Formats: sequence, C-alpha cells, structure tokens
Amino acid sequence: MQSETSRDSSRAEAYWRENVKLLCGLLAIWFVASFGAGIIFVDVLNRIEIGGFKLGFWFAQQGSIIVFVILIFVYAARMRTIEKRFGVSDE
Amino acid sequence: MDAQLLTFIFVGLSFALYIGIAIWSRAGSTAEFYVAGGHVHPIANGMATAADWMSAASFISMAGIIAFAGYDASVYLMGWTGGYVLLALLLAPYLRKFGQFTVPDFIGERYYSRAARIVAVVCLIVVSFTYIAGQMRGVGVVFSRFLEMPIEWGVIVGMGVVFFYAVLGGMKGITYTQVAQYCVLIFAYMVPAIFISILMTGNPIPQLGLGSNVAGETISVLNKLDGALVDLGFSAYTSAVKSKIDIAAITLALMAGTAGLPHVIVRFFTVPKVSDARRSAGYALVFIALLYTTAPAVGAFARLNFIDSVHEKPYAEAPQWVKSWESIGLIAWLDKNEDGVIQYGSGTPFEGRADFVDGQGQNGERLVSNTPTDNANEISVDRDIMVLANPEIAQLPGWVIALVAAGGVAAALSTAAGLLLVISTAISHDLLKKTFRPQITEKAELMAARGAATVAIIIAGYLGINPPGFVAQVVALAFGLAAASLFPAILMGIFFKSINREGAVAGMISGLAFTLSYIIYFKSPWFGAVNDASHWFLGVSPEGIGTLGMVLNFVIAIGVSRFTAPTPVAVRAMIDDIRMPVSKTST
Repeated sequence: MQSETSRDSSRAEAYWRENVKLLCGLLAIWFVASFGAGIIFVDVLNRIEIGGFKLGFWFAQQGSIIVFVILIFVYAARMRTIEKRFGVSDE
Repeated sequence: MDAQLLTFIFVGLSFALYIGIAIWSRAGSTAEFYVAGGHVHPIANGMATAADWMSAASFISMAGIIAFAGYDASVYLMGWTGGYVLLALLLAPYLRKFGQFTVPDFIGERYYSRAARIVAVVCLIVVSFTYIAGQMRGVGVVFSRFLEMPIEWGVIVGMGVVFFYAVLGGMKGITYTQVAQYCVLIFAYMVPAIFISILMTGNPIPQLGLGSNVAGETISVLNKLDGALVDLGFSAYTSAVKSKIDIAAITLALMAGTAGLPHVIVRFFTVPKVSDARRSAGYALVFIALLYTTAPAVGAFARLNFIDSVHEKPYAEAPQWVKSWESIGLIAWLDKNEDGVIQYGSGTPFEGRADFVDGQGQNGERLVSNTPTDNANEISVDRDIMVLANPEIAQLPGWVIALVAAGGVAAALSTAAGLLLVISTAISHDLLKKTFRPQITEKAELMAARGAATVAIIIAGYLGINPPGFVAQVVALAFGLAAASLFPAILMGIFFKSINREGAVAGMISGLAFTLSYIIYFKSPWFGAVNDASHWFLGVSPEGIGTLGMVLNFVIAIGVSRFTAPTPVAVRAMIDDIRMPVSKTST
C-alpha cells in the first residue's frame, strides 16, 4: 500500500515534469514568433521580402497567428501521447 | 429591394433564430445555467468561444484601426490571439479539471479564503462592466447606421433580445446561440472581404491578396500603400510609429488579459473533459484566426481604396459612398484651398470633431464650422466606417450590406451575453451561495442568477445609452485590468504551490489598484495629466500598463508568500489533483 502510493506520486511528478518541459518549449516558440519576429527583430526581418510581404510585418499581422494555432494543436496532441504513456489519459 | 428593408429582414431573421434556440435550450438547473451541464462538444465550444470573444470592436472597428494604424495595429492582432496560447497551455485544462462553476470559485478554494474569493469577484465585475458598456453601444451604433433608428432604441432592442436568451437559457442557451452567431458573423465578414480581394488583386483569398500585386500593376498592395502614404506625408504602412517597449507592453497586456478574461475562461468549464479543454481552445483560435487574418487584408485594401477614391479627386466626382457617409457625419470635407478638389494627407484637417452647420458649400459638400489647421489634409474620416463601408466601396449588392449589419449585431450581442452571464454568476453563486447565504436552495440560487442577470442587463443598457465619456475610451483597458489581477492569481495557483492566501490577495489588490489608478490618472479628465510618451512610466502607455501591473502582482505575491504561513497540506493535495487529467481515486 505504502509503496503503491509513493509509486503513484513519483509517477505524477514525472508526468508533471514532462508537461512543464513541453510547456516551456512551446512558450519559447510562442515568444519568438510574436515578440521576437513581430516586434524585437521586425526591422531586420523587414529587409527580407517573400511573396509581396516584408517578413517582419507578415509575422506581426499573420504569421504569429498561424504559429499560435499550430502550437495549441501540437500541445494537445503531445499531451495525449504523454498521458497515454503515464496512464493518466482521460480518453 | 432596398438595402434598408433587406437589413430589417436579415437582422429580424437572425433574432428569430437566436430566440428559437433559447426556447429549445432553456436551463433547468444551476449546472445548466452556469456551465451548460458540462456537455458541450469541443468544436461547438470553440465556435461559441470565438463568438463570445469577438465583439463589436473586433467586427466593426479592428480592420479600420489596422487601416489607419498599419503596423502599430499588430498589437491587437497578436495580443488578442496569442492569449489563447496562454489559455490553452497554462489555464484552461487545469480549471476544467478543478471542475466548478466560476473563476472566483477557483481562486477562493485554491487560496482557501473568502477574502480571496471576494477580491476575485470585485476584479471580475470591474473587468466585465468596463467591457460590456461598449458592447451595448456597439449594438446601438449598428442599428442607428443601418436602420436609421435612434441609438437609444437600438440599445433597448438589443437588451430585450439578450435578456430573453441569457436570462432564460443561461449558459446552455448562450452557448448554442453563440454557435449560430459565429456562423452569421464570420459569413458576414468573409463575403465582402473575398469580393474586395478579387476586385483589388484578382486573388480570392484575402490573406494572400494582401501580399499579391495590385490588379493590372506590377507592384504589391503593401508596397504601393507604403509608397502612397509616404508621398502623402504619413509614415510607411508597414513601419512602426509607437516605441518598441510600448508595443511589446500592449501586446503582452492584451495576451495575458485575454487569458484572464472571466467570460472566456468560463467557456472552458462547459466541455466534458480536460483533453477537450485543450482541443477546444485550439478550435476557438482557428475560428478566431479566420477573422483575424482577414482583417489586415481588409484594412490595407480599404486604406488603398480610400486614397485612390478621394485624393486629388474633385468633390463633385467623388463616389456615392463618400457622400452617404458624409450625410451621417462620419466623413467631413473642408475645402481649405478652395479648388473643389479633395486633398488627403497626414494630420487632422481641422481642430476637434467635425461640427456640421446648416447649408452647403460651393461644391455641394456639408459645411463644418471648425477652425482649419495649416496642413494640406482636407478630409476627416471615422475609422469605424471601413468595414461597414466596404460593401459600398466594392459596389456589392444590398444583401451583402444587410448581412454585414446582421453580423455586427451578432458580434455585439454574443459578447454582451457572455459577459452578463459571468456577472450574474459571480453574484448568485460566489457572493450569495458561497459567501453570504450558503443554505440557499438550488431553485432559489437559479432565481437569484436570473435576477442578477436582469439587473446587469439594465445597468449595461443604461451605460450603453449614457456612456460616461471616459468609460467608452477604456473598454480596451479591461484587458489590462484582467492581466494585472486575475491572470497572475490563476497562473500561480496552478504552477506555484508556495503562493499562499496572503500572497495572492496582496498581489491581486496591488495589481488591480496600480493598473486602475494609472489608467484613471491618464485617461480621466480629473487630473489634467498629459497622456503622451514623455509623461508615461518607462514609456508604457495606459493601454500597456497591465503588463507592469502583472509583474507587480507576481512580485508582491511571491514576496508576501515567503514571509507568511505556508500553503496548507490539503490545498497542496488539491493542486496535485488539478494537475492530473484524471483523479487518483478513479484509477
């Protein structure tokens, strides 16, 4: 009984660590796509022009939004795998 | 059939649809009233969230703001969408797992304190009322422009419809009406955008049209716009006017504010499972992104079109839409050099808002009595007309104009209803049931919720009809308040077990107080403060101050928690439970 509880809680801790690691990675991309490409480095990127768009401006008005959508679905999918692996899936 | 009759029919049909849905889905229990019983499909919830989220401001004003602010308007595009990443990754799944009805529920239990719950209720009510007055106003504006009804009557009709389906149906009614409202508003937004994109560039996809070449020319839309604006004395469309620090602060305040807005968060209490909450946030952002990636195209096309159709054109030959918007006072022309030709350029054409007087000028224009300024610009235009005038500019048929009107009303009503619901829930559930009258029966609680919704609608309607000057200006500032108060408290509640009751309460109060006083100091007429960059703290405008308020909240909460009694063991166990998608007891 004792060992089962401690196994449970160490499994929960490992699951949480995986989750936080994934979160940090995805939030880094979130930051780079919006604050990085759209604000801090916008002038540098604006020197590159692709498909009629200055790249920095494109990130600020369209690219970042597309990246945001992808990030959420990637998170949902990755969490599904992680939860199956740790046996804590709700599906 | 003329556009006005069509507008009556379209708006009337959409109202009938919303009321029909409300009758079909009325709420029988508090769980249905507060969170639609927790049975909403993630895709339906995504649509409802999108409609809840996209207000009259998104639908009517945003493309106009982009048209006239260019790159600087990116703060709204990134801020109002990037917040969903924070919501999906950091808040929604855990709040869903927590599994109660409201945001103050979470804060009250996590910080084991009635005081924390009441502070959260106060934050929620301040944020939501700031926001809702603008929505009722939006309904009034659409009614008055398209149906030539006084704004007051527009607000009253809007109140009546919202009253019917929010009070009767609660969250369940609101959810399914919002799904219908999303469909109406997105269709109404996309149809004219696609037509205009084809007209301007030959590309039917507005998002791509923005980067395409202008039809029949070898220069892209954005480059042509940059060139045209620089020639007229503006800065280039794609370059910044605001400082980088201010742009970053506003963007972050809008993002954290979005994630902390109670009426958005509560939508994720309505899905069946934790995994559904994550996916549902993704769907919500897809539905939102459809409009938000179209808006920059609509804005750029509109600005270019506007310059092409008015600059250096004799007034007598100006297109009809210029004259029809002039007739209701949203465009004004003052022929400063008396050549009968419209000159457009940077700067305001005259001092203050256009003050029309009786009579016509030599060219048939409406006369204004304002003092002219000494720049070359002769025309003033209300940026809100861009989305509404688009169908006329592109010479689209009357049914498209009617559709846009119905879409604008849908956007305003859906947001107003979502806000009313969280206000009434905060009163009936958090104040009454959980704080002052715990012995109340479920039936009486449901009655109280409906009563509170009724009172909230009446107050919102009153604010819509008599907007106290500066409240209308601060609608967008509701985000700063949410970012500085609720967002950090919820985030730390999930991710930092060491934050205790004292820390959270001190953090929320200082974040809210700091942000609110900064905004009032610069935005209200009472202090005579000069609202420009040289007077701002660290160069951050009142729009972006929520970011600093949020940092203050974090710092105070962490500091105070360190020197006060640690979080109790039972609460730590509750946090462990919230972090897992399934509870231990069930495995």
